[in-house]
Amino acid sequence: MTQAIANKVDYLQAFEPFNQQRSAIDSASLQSLRQRAAQRFQALGLPNRRLEAWKYTDVSLLARSSFERALPLSVSPEAIQPFVYDGCHQLVFVNGYWAPELSRVETLPAGCILGSLAEALQEHPDLVEPYLGKGASFEDHAFTALNTAFLEDGAFLYLLPGTVIEKPIHLLFISTAKDQATVSYPRNLLVAKAHSQATIIESYIGLEGSYFTCPVTEMVADENAVIDHYKIQREQLKAFHLATMQVQLGRNSSFSSLSIALGGALARTDLHANLDAEGIDCTLNGLYLVKDNQRVDHHIHVDHRKPHGTSRQLFKGLLDGTSQAVFSGKVYVHPKAQKTDAQQSNRNLLLSDDALVHTNPQLEIFADDVKCSHGATVGQLDKEAIFYLRSRGLDEVAARRLLTYGFASDVLEQIKISAVRDHLEQLLSTWLPA
Amino acid sequence: MLEIKNLHATVDDREILKGISLTINPGEVHAIMGPNGSGKSTLAGVLSGRDLYAVTEGEVLYEGKNLLEMPPEERAQEGLLLSFQYPVEIPGVSNIYFLKAALNAKRKHHGEPEMDAMDFLLLVKDKIKKVNLDEAMLHRSVNEGFSGGEKKRNEVFHLSVLEPKLAILDETDSGLDIDALRVVADNINALRDGKRSFLVITHYQRLLEYIVPDYVHVLVDGRIVRSGGKELALELEQTGYKFEQEAARA
Ligand SMILES: Nc1ncnc2c1ncn2[C@@H]1O[C@H](COP(=O)(O)OP(=O)(O)O)[C@@H](O)[C@H]1O
Ligand SMILES: [Mg+2]
Repeated sequence: MTQAIANKVDYLQAFEPFNQQRSAIDSASLQSLRQRAAQRFQALGLPNRRLEAWKYTDVSLLARSSFERALPLSVSPEAIQPFVYDGCHQLVFVNGYWAPELSRVETLPAGCILGSLAEALQEHPDLVEPYLGKGASFEDHAFTALNTAFLEDGAFLYLLPGTVIEKPIHLLFISTAKDQATVSYPRNLLVAKAHSQATIIESYIGLEGSYFTCPVTEMVADENAVIDHYKIQREQLKAFHLATMQVQLGRNSSFSSLSIALGGALARTDLHANLDAEGIDCTLNGLYLVKDNQRVDHHIHVDHRKPHGTSRQLFKGLLDGTSQAVFSGKVYVHPKAQKTDAQQSNRNLLLSDDALVHTNPQLEIFADDVKCSHGATVGQLDKEAIFYLRSRGLDEVAARRLLTYGFASDVLEQIKISAVRDHLEQLLSTWLPA
Repeated sequence: MLEIKNLHATVDDREILKGISLTINPGEVHAIMGPNGSGKSTLAGVLSGRDLYAVTEGEVLYEGKNLLEMPPEERAQEGLLLSFQYPVEIPGVSNIYFLKAALNAKRKHHGEPEMDAMDFLLLVKDKIKKVNLDEAMLHRSVNEGFSGGEKKRNEVFHLSVLEPKLAILDETDSGLDIDALRVVADNINALRDGKRSFLVITHYQRLLEYIVPDYVHVLVDGRIVRSGGKELALELEQTGYKFEQEAARA
């Protein structure tokens, strides 16, 4: 049983029993990967605020709470119904474990493997192992290390060259805990070989209890592949969510990502895009909505390593109550990455006097023939605009809601899947202060 | 319809309106002319409920009720609308969505049901065509990226959908070429039905050739220094405001 604990070692308490239990099942290379990750976490410990990347993210609550490793609890189809999107291939994971009884995958084109990572590790180790752990480095990242140490299940997608999946793939991660607080480590690997194409939605939903979700998603888009990715983070308000997303981009590939985050006790997403080939098009957008005492952080790192890359970033935030958000976006243009075209923008709207945002867009440019811009704003609703709407007959609450909605709406308008767009527009309307 | 009695108003403790009295009866068109900075927009702002101004003396009755006690939205719902000298851009909120919300707020205030979506669409399509704006502007964000002239025509479009009882037009003519000016005037004239009243603020008498006022008032330094019929506008065009400005100083 877990006792009240106060340091990093305890997150690894479950490691030895877990490792032993897996030793008869998993390959030597996987076991070695886990071992190295566990050792790295041991050395790193939970990040403290003296580290630049964690300056504004306070994980001390995580150091003070005890989480048991989550078990694959059973969840009814009714319980997940509100989070389901029609017209998608749907893979459901409960506490990080694949739940086939809740999943619903329709006929897939030949050239596509879609299922659980646990299964793929057994059936297609040749497809998994060249990629697993190669993108998301745990060298300097405690939570990636922790996830890798406990790597077991999650989603696996593999698209052979030229394979196009038309319907979006919805990966629905449900967290639920009973009396004891639990932690889960979903691990996803999504590989799109040359000229293939897919749309992926990752939803993180909390049902009940107190829990900590620590997912890692590694993505690969090879030459001319197209990945459209959506992440919807809707954990319970008291939950912890510390996620890593890493994407490795090939020549002329296109990657778009939209992160919708509703915060939690602490919800952080680290997104790293590696543009290590020519002609890549990378769009990273986001919208975060926080109120009460919630926390939401985005840490974006775009690495332009080769010429003719384009990257676009637009993150918008709505903050109410005593909530806090962090946006840290780094665009790094390496010496070889001539003709890079990079834009980055973070815009925040504070709906209360007590909300706080730390925004830090950074450009580091080591090539001379590039076009880069960045900017950040933190503001409040425009009084002139409120008066304008009121003078046409809208009451003050309606005017504020409409302006706030308008601030966020352009991010949602970019969603190409109508079921998701409708759902999130609805979510935004109900989120707005009444 | 509207009775302004000895109205004094300040901005940041500086008195801008220094005792204005004016009565507008149903169906009448009153023009207010005056040099820049004389307080025309301040008067429009006080009447529409902008909280920038403090009323220090006087009162305003609208249909017999104390206008100054009403919040801006209630004034609008009761039929007093302002066409802004500088219409505000509202990013992310479509023109049609906003207008629908405004119209339904008014209907709700009067205990009427929301307008049928199809009827509303037909109505706005008809009205926007009349102000010579492209239908696509219904779906653009309110005023965002509109040219100066488009913003003014959009204001008039809003008025023609919301059908005020008393419309205050604050320099709706400025920045319009002669064709646009005609379009704006035609739409305002179309609203004149013998019951609706208008307070037309303008810098030039040009607009008043098209929207012929019943009365013209000259505002100088926060006071109405002269009132007369429509011929006063022409006279001012020739002499300028010099005489009135001197009179105000004396
Ligand atoms: N928001 C404001 N803050 C300070 N002074 C203002 C403000 N609005 C108007 N004023 C002042 O009030 C006076 C009248 O302005 P205004 O009513 O806009 O004049 P008009 O519309 O006749 O040109 C001017 O001296 C102007 O500088
Ligand atoms: Mg003015």
